[in-house]
Amino acid sequence: MALLTDLINLNLSDCTEKIIAEYIWVGGSGMDIRSKARTLSGPVTDPSQLPKWNYDGSSTGQAPGQDSEVIIYPQAIYKDPFRRGNNILVMCDCYTPQGEPIPTNKRYNAAKIFSNPAVDAEVPWFGIEQEYTLLQKDVKWPIGWPIGGFPGPQGPYYCSAGADKAFGRDIVDAHYKACLYAGINISGINGEVMPGQWEFQVGPCVGISAGDQLWVARYILERITEIAGVVLSLDPKPIQGDWNGAGAHTNYSTKSMRSDGGYEVIKEAIGKLGLRHKDHIAAYGEGNERRLTGRHETADINTFVWGVANRGASIRVGRDTEKSGKGYFEDRRPASNMDPYVVTSMIAETTLLWKPT
Amino acid sequence: MSLLTDLINLNLSETTDKIIAEYIWIGGSGLDIRSKARTLPGPVSDPSELPKWNYDGSSTGQAPGEDSEVIIYPQAIFKDPFRRGNNILVMCDCYTPAGEPIPTNKRYNAAKIFSNPAVVAEEPWYGIEQEYTLLQKDVNWPLGWPVGGFPGPQGPYYCSAGADKAFGRDIVDAHYKACLYAGINISGINGEVMPGQWEFQVGPSVGISAGDQIWIARYILERITEIAGVVLSFDPKPIQGDWNGAGAHTNYSTKSMRDDGGYKVIKSAIEKLGKRHKEHIAAYGEGNERRLTGRHETADINTFLWGVANRGASIRVGRETEQNGKGYFEDRRPASNMDPYVVTSMIAETTILWKP
Repeated sequence: MALLTDLINLNLSDCTEKIIAEYIWVGGSGMDIRSKARTLSGPVTDPSQLPKWNYDGSSTGQAPGQDSEVIIYPQAIYKDPFRRGNNILVMCDCYTPQGEPIPTNKRYNAAKIFSNPAVDAEVPWFGIEQEYTLLQKDVKWPIGWPIGGFPGPQGPYYCSAGADKAFGRDIVDAHYKACLYAGINISGINGEVMPGQWEFQVGPCVGISAGDQLWVARYILERITEIAGVVLSLDPKPIQGDWNGAGAHTNYSTKSMRSDGGYEVIKEAIGKLGLRHKDHIAAYGEGNERRLTGRHETADINTFVWGVANRGASIRVGRDTEKSGKGYFEDRRPASNMDPYVVTSMIAETTLLWKPT
Repeated sequence: MSLLTDLINLNLSETTDKIIAEYIWIGGSGLDIRSKARTLPGPVSDPSELPKWNYDGSSTGQAPGEDSEVIIYPQAIFKDPFRRGNNILVMCDCYTPAGEPIPTNKRYNAAKIFSNPAVVAEEPWYGIEQEYTLLQKDVNWPLGWPVGGFPGPQGPYYCSAGADKAFGRDIVDAHYKACLYAGINISGINGEVMPGQWEFQVGPSVGISAGDQIWIARYILERITEIAGVVLSFDPKPIQGDWNGAGAHTNYSTKSMRDDGGYKVIKSAIEKLGKRHKEHIAAYGEGNERRLTGRHETADINTFLWGVANRGASIRVGRETEQNGKGYFEDRRPASNMDPYVVTSMIAETTILWKP
């Protein structure tokens, strides 16, 4: 297939100033990522240089057939690791032709919260730990697991190496470099406790950028698993029984928390989160009740508990932060299928804007 | 296979000034694309520099055995993405030795319409959305579908990514870059509603160029699927049942439609098309009745219906065009196997030359 690869890898910068822009948006389920490409004159360095576009919303459950156009607004640009050259990925959000955000557009509200002066002044940082499971195509059973059976119990797999312990590393490593190439602030990767499960982290990102970067990182991962012939799952509890679930722990800090005396601000913020536990849980991902059981390094879904270095807590504060008297904390409740626009903006809203009655 | 690839990728520009020209024409079915190559002194930058050629028309159903020569006239040049260097692809059309266009030569008539002064003055632009289906070789079942069965129902596949949703992207991406390299005005690509189905768009192209570019883009796609070991289908309804068909929606505008007040011109043009609905349908591709059912984002073949943002209509006008009072419209009736020379020239003829 060498000739096909020659064509895919053609460097067009020598024969044209045209570039290919892949517009990416979130579909009707709130979890499906969609994209299509268009040719534009390049180079393009800022989203404001890009035209709005539209797609057939009746094919993604976002509009009726007789009035099917959904308009996509470019919001963030990244380099395309697949087409390379001057080609780009464009993260978009969705509007009606009249300019109203459609119901599944969660970015719009998040952007409003992040541009609130009180929030903006606190420069909220987010570090998101995205866990995910790789499944064998067609059978939808985790990669590396015997069909019709199970691997040995958890223990040897976390951060492991070896053909009998680590399954799918080529996907994880390709993804790591592709994200760095694209300009995503990917801060690390590790193999997880359940075999076939992995994690990457994105951050620290300021405000709305956390959501943009996580969605594009998810898109890049889905494109890479597509190449590898493996299926990506963001289900929070892919296998029932004595197997870990998958989360999207969200690390968070504000200017005040990062400054001297920040530990008091952190405790106050956690207090507020505790008062809105039910509201947050409702927005932290579908199916999370299968994962937040109180076992497998989670806190029970109905319980709000925080602690230093406690992985069985809803919110964990690192020992470093406790010792320095300032730093950040980790909300361990969000599921792997959470919407980062929703989670990041809700944490900012509750801790910075909301006042308990 | 690396020694073979070394040879295929030899850059001859250093050793010779000869170039290879691949002459391409349409065969006897009106849909089969044929080609053969010849060596010429290079470089060549214009079709007028190229000699006419000929081929065995009795092998393509275009001439009898005792008088088999069909003459091909070079009409448009593109860079060859397979041989690269100074090598070229040449789009041709077919004539008898006496200089008459043969019956399957649809370009000749289209060129006449497009050189009519009234049409030239209106500068007709076309954007064609070519849909197609990729089939597994030998079984002729769509790529990614289980042999002997079906994938999950439509919904997840449109514009998707993922090994369980998008089948054949490497073909689509290779085609995108190859067309850009060749000089085809390819404006975008997307995965379609039916799994294994894709779309690319060519345009805006002026007049006869739309047809030339679509045929070359189709040729490049067939060469790429050949490399990939996958079969290309332009059938308008490859799978019966609750599965979308494949079309070649043709977006169209004239100078008057693009200028202020253009929306009135658009509505008047659509009305004329409505009066010739049966004639257009007859020329819009074989087997289209299997596709235009009124379901799966089509309008019924016997109905002429237009609407803003309405994907169930025969002709759709975009919201932007409605809002700006000028722009273009989309004829959604042509099937994926339509001849772009026929469709583009017929739309121009009906809207600019024909009087009810």
